[in-house]
Amino acid sequence: MSLLQTTKLTKYFGETHAVDAVDFTVQEGEVLALIGSNGAGKTSLVNVISGLLSADSGRIVFRDSDVTAQSVHDRITAGIARSFQLVNLFDQLTLLDNLALSIFSRQGMTRHFWTLAERHRAVWQEAFEILRQFGLESKATILAGGISQGERKLLDVAVAYALRPRLLFLDEPTSGVGTREKAPIMDIVTSIVRSQNITAVVIEHDMDIVFKYSDRIVVMHQGKILADGSPDEIRRNEAVTTTLIGTAHA
Amino acid sequence: MSTVAVQLEVRSSIKALAVGAVLSGLLVVLPFGIDPYQTILLSYGLVMAIAALGHNLLLGYTGLLSFGHSAFFGVGAYAVAFMVKYLHVQSMELFMMGALAASLITALLFGFVCVRYTRIFFSILTLALSQVLWSLAYKFYWVTGGSDGLRVPTPKLLGVSLPSGEDKINFLAHSYYYYVLVLFLACTFVMWVIVNSPFGKALQAIRDNETRARFVGIQIRRYRLVAFLVSGVFTGIAGALWVPLNGLTTPDILYWPFSGEIVFMSVLGGFHNFTGPITGAIVFNYLKTYAVGFTVYWQAFMGVILVVLVVALPQGIVGTAIQLTAWARKRFFR
Repeated sequence: MSLLQTTKLTKYFGETHAVDAVDFTVQEGEVLALIGSNGAGKTSLVNVISGLLSADSGRIVFRDSDVTAQSVHDRITAGIARSFQLVNLFDQLTLLDNLALSIFSRQGMTRHFWTLAERHRAVWQEAFEILRQFGLESKATILAGGISQGERKLLDVAVAYALRPRLLFLDEPTSGVGTREKAPIMDIVTSIVRSQNITAVVIEHDMDIVFKYSDRIVVMHQGKILADGSPDEIRRNEAVTTTLIGTAHA
Repeated sequence: MSTVAVQLEVRSSIKALAVGAVLSGLLVVLPFGIDPYQTILLSYGLVMAIAALGHNLLLGYTGLLSFGHSAFFGVGAYAVAFMVKYLHVQSMELFMMGALAASLITALLFGFVCVRYTRIFFSILTLALSQVLWSLAYKFYWVTGGSDGLRVPTPKLLGVSLPSGEDKINFLAHSYYYYVLVLFLACTFVMWVIVNSPFGKALQAIRDNETRARFVGIQIRRYRLVAFLVSGVFTGIAGALWVPLNGLTTPDILYWPFSGEIVFMSVLGGFHNFTGPITGAIVFNYLKTYAVGFTVYWQAFMGVILVVLVVALPQGIVGTAIQLTAWARKRFFR
């Protein structure tokens, strides 16, 4: 059953066809890897689907509802969340605060100006529990600006996860971290996503990560979808190996 | 859950309320220990502290630097003056309601335009709009009194007017001081709840990272507008409380240097913490008063202080005090 479907989705930047009439489908419950060389249109596609950029044309249908013209807020309410390639956190707030904000927002409580945030113990307990799931509980009271890059990447995903989305876009969750940190980050993220039955779309450049953790792979090239299939099918796809993977996995 | 418990304990509001209660008690007894002139100066400081608290909701908590808060202060003051001149109102409570409504409407109009922008664009827009009000107050002299301004006599407090024969200085240093103090404490408490509420957290999120705030579902413009309204109303209340103290309102309080003074207060006290603007406003008021009496070059004196502050104490008085306390604790009580 498809959770998300785009039809002829298009985004141009001047003469550049960043997303060129893309038909893209995400099935419920899968971990899908979106790969392609730099400038292939992966992040642009996610930006358009998540609402950061507006589509020039085409449709986005999420859970049988057309969300193409919806605001970011409405898409989040519908169940779409995302993390960012360049980590986006609230650096002057603690890790707990970062997560609590997602929870307050999810519960429609960020409008409450008449109660003290600290009184909502259930929110803080949930925030702490999520930090524990992501292995960040020991840093709960540290400012987000003061933790390592790998931890920031995890927190970025955790903030999106705290919205309890149906569909989670992870834009290069291991970029900028050391080689040794990549697998532990992906282990944590994929185990949480799978255990909570969240559908995830992961943009990733590291092919070891892609082939190890994804159920399905979609390859983009010059704004279009070049290939779509299981990791084995993609590994054997000649067009993909020629344009993207080269000889490393061929 | 032990870490959460520790976290909640650290954040406990009891400590803050206890400190607040002690300081409030001190402010209550202070007029008995200082002369009336000093008490009136303190009243001015408390009034400006309300304005600075309002301003800092935008600067410190939402990340928006307004250079136009003189507009709300002036609207509050002129609302009182108009009520005296055209409606012959004498009640301070009616003045407060009139000022609140006038500043709310002004903040709504200004905010509708300004919150669409951030950084320098927001600052310049607030500055420009406040100057429109200043020019109106200056040019429409048959309504506003022009540069002569409008006089505001001693108001009735809770329906009680100044007894005949009572000295106005005595009134301002006692009855009016306590009136200001009660409103100052109420405003401080309300603002403290706001900045520590989920809404206050959302404002801090917007300040830190607008994109991420958007992607946790916060509707940025709407939240900024609400913060702008609250900020404007607080500053308008300050304007209304200020005008009976001063006895006169002139276009000077709508002019941009007055907005600069409110910014100065936040920076002086430290806009990264809640009590910074309060401290800054009170200290600024004393500094300015004594600098004016000390030298004709008082603006230069204040300018030097501002430069020193930005270069040497970017955290402001309260921020620096907190840092020094933390350093001393680490150094001597380890």
